[in-house]
Amino acid sequence: MEETKKLKKFASLFLASSLVMGALAGCGGNNESKDSGSSGGGDKDVIKIGANLELTGNVASYGSSIKQGAELAVEEINKNGGIDGKKVELVAVDNKSENSESSAAALRLATQEKVDVMIGPATSGNVLAAVQIANQNKIPMVTASGTAPNVTENENGSINEYVFRTCFIDPFQGVIAANFATEELGVKNVAIFADNSSDYAKGLASAFKEQIEKNGGKVVAEEAYVAKDTDFKSTLTNIKKTNPEFIFIPGYYEEVGLIVKQARELGIDVPLMGADGWDSPKLVELAGAESLNNTFITNHYSSEDPDEKIQDFVKAFNDKYGEKPNAFHALGYDTVYFIKDAIERAGSLDGEKIKDALAATKDISLITGTFSVDEKHNAVKSATILEYKDGKQTFRTKIEP
Amino acid sequence: MDWLQQLFNGISLGSIYALIALGYTMVYGIIKLINFAHGDVFMLGAFVGFFAITRWEMGFIPALITAMIVCAIIGVIIERVAYKRLRNATRIAALTTAIGVSFLIEYTMIFFRGATPEAYPKNVLPEKTIEILGAKLDYKIIFILIVTVILMVLLQFIVHKTKIGKAMRAVSYDADAAKLMGINVDNTISATFAIGSALAGAAGVIFGAYYTRIDPLMGVLPGLKAFIAAVLGGIGSIPGAMVGGFILGIVETIVSAVGYSLWRDAAAFIILILILLLKPAGLFGKNIREKV
Repeated sequence: MEETKKLKKFASLFLASSLVMGALAGCGGNNESKDSGSSGGGDKDVIKIGANLELTGNVASYGSSIKQGAELAVEEINKNGGIDGKKVELVAVDNKSENSESSAAALRLATQEKVDVMIGPATSGNVLAAVQIANQNKIPMVTASGTAPNVTENENGSINEYVFRTCFIDPFQGVIAANFATEELGVKNVAIFADNSSDYAKGLASAFKEQIEKNGGKVVAEEAYVAKDTDFKSTLTNIKKTNPEFIFIPGYYEEVGLIVKQARELGIDVPLMGADGWDSPKLVELAGAESLNNTFITNHYSSEDPDEKIQDFVKAFNDKYGEKPNAFHALGYDTVYFIKDAIERAGSLDGEKIKDALAATKDISLITGTFSVDEKHNAVKSATILEYKDGKQTFRTKIEP
Repeated sequence: MDWLQQLFNGISLGSIYALIALGYTMVYGIIKLINFAHGDVFMLGAFVGFFAITRWEMGFIPALITAMIVCAIIGVIIERVAYKRLRNATRIAALTTAIGVSFLIEYTMIFFRGATPEAYPKNVLPEKTIEILGAKLDYKIIFILIVTVILMVLLQFIVHKTKIGKAMRAVSYDADAAKLMGINVDNTISATFAIGSALAGAAGVIFGAYYTRIDPLMGVLPGLKAFIAAVLGGIGSIPGAMVGGFILGIVETIVSAVGYSLWRDAAAFIILILILLLKPAGLFGKNIREKV
């Protein structure tokens, strides 16, 4: 596989260079007029938003969903007169779900397409690969769904000045889950069963633990598993022994499906809760609709939310694409409006001014919640709690930070 | 009654290992080849069973038999294509080839259908539990246990009481002499692979029905664990594979039960190292000196 990839890369490089050679040889003198078109210049009547997204590759569904959401938002904005009278143009580049392609895509958007703002990749790893290019070229980059804390905040505590996000960060979901457990479900003794091979799950578990203890709860059992395990019964039997009233299971649907099923088979009928890693139709197939009753997840948004604004969005989206929008669609849509709001307040297309305006965002009301940007460039916003009922996600409540 | 529940958990895990180990140990016993592709035939069996149940709407037993037949054919093809010409080569060449075949099967599968998991439909096996002293025993475990024991007895019968079994043992003892006695060595080895792979296919369908999730790389870890079970019981010994499987399952469960769930896989491999150091022939193996 690696071999063919290399061959492909080589072939494309060869093709590209021969094309350039051809162009150089053919055009000789008067190709300058063509150039000036794409390099734009200061006073343009079009605002260019670049989108560096996973349109192919293994997380293609995330990137394509964000693109669809963003396209709908751009269409609406242009219909309503654009931003400060200027039309918006979305330039999408595929990063093939790969880190190296992500930085290449960002570079292309920054230097060739000369976009004013970028929508960053969907996954945290790909965002990180593009961070440096955004900072160097002073082009603000907003990721719709990169939830890892280190996307905006480096390990040494410094902030990536030009990077922002529309979604909440991972540990926040743990906090919300803990608050939901104590306030809504009224439980005290909880257990944690986390995927020890994923930073995402470990981050959620530690945030959950901290918050539940702050709320006066007690963690009676803390167990772990690793991705690809299939038999969880012995550990679950251990957890059952401690009689928890609630079990928090941060992880991904592939294992969680089996955990939920085996827990119910062992007679564990207390509420189980997870986060957006559960959000997949496969979960229902693996666990079975019945086992999933009395389980909850935190998520960015729900298309079932009765809020009028959300229902309008669901309808507009359904009219355009013929399906119900998922969380990524909503986040992509919101990202464009988040950018629009900042450009309007900046009153300019200067990267530095837009960046400052993004950082100063306060109480902007969007589909995935009302949010403000904190000093770490993270969105402080509400999270939606969904409950599984007979295999369907239903809207339970919304929790403010 | 937590210890009883844990014992049930251990038995259910162990019977899956035992089922895969049976095929492993049989192929080794006859042609002295550690067939690392065994775990992947197990995976193919799980997928054949899955398609049989979902696409062709078969019941569990017909699906099990279909998977066993398909896997038997695949096993024979693997032997004819990859291992046959290496019969007189060094052991290490055959072993390396087996690992190669294993990767070939895994990644061909991923190439054609991607790495996303599938979920076995519900109610393939009765979803019922009975309570014994407060511990829940799944009907499925009883079912798996019965299937494993039946297959083991059947295998013992084939190897020790039938003509083909006699031929297998003769080939195992001395292939050249067996040939001189008029035994068709090629057919005998093919039969060995057919039976071993059919067992792997059966294990795949049962695994899918019990654990629900199947994916193209699902055979790797169970394959290795079954290998450990086979070595533990004495590789080449059919009852040994069975006992080794159960011991391994129960040990892993105990390790998790005392709170070291992340050490479960490590414990299995520590067993492998210990058994190879202290009793390389395994619990039931005969200590035969190699002919030089």
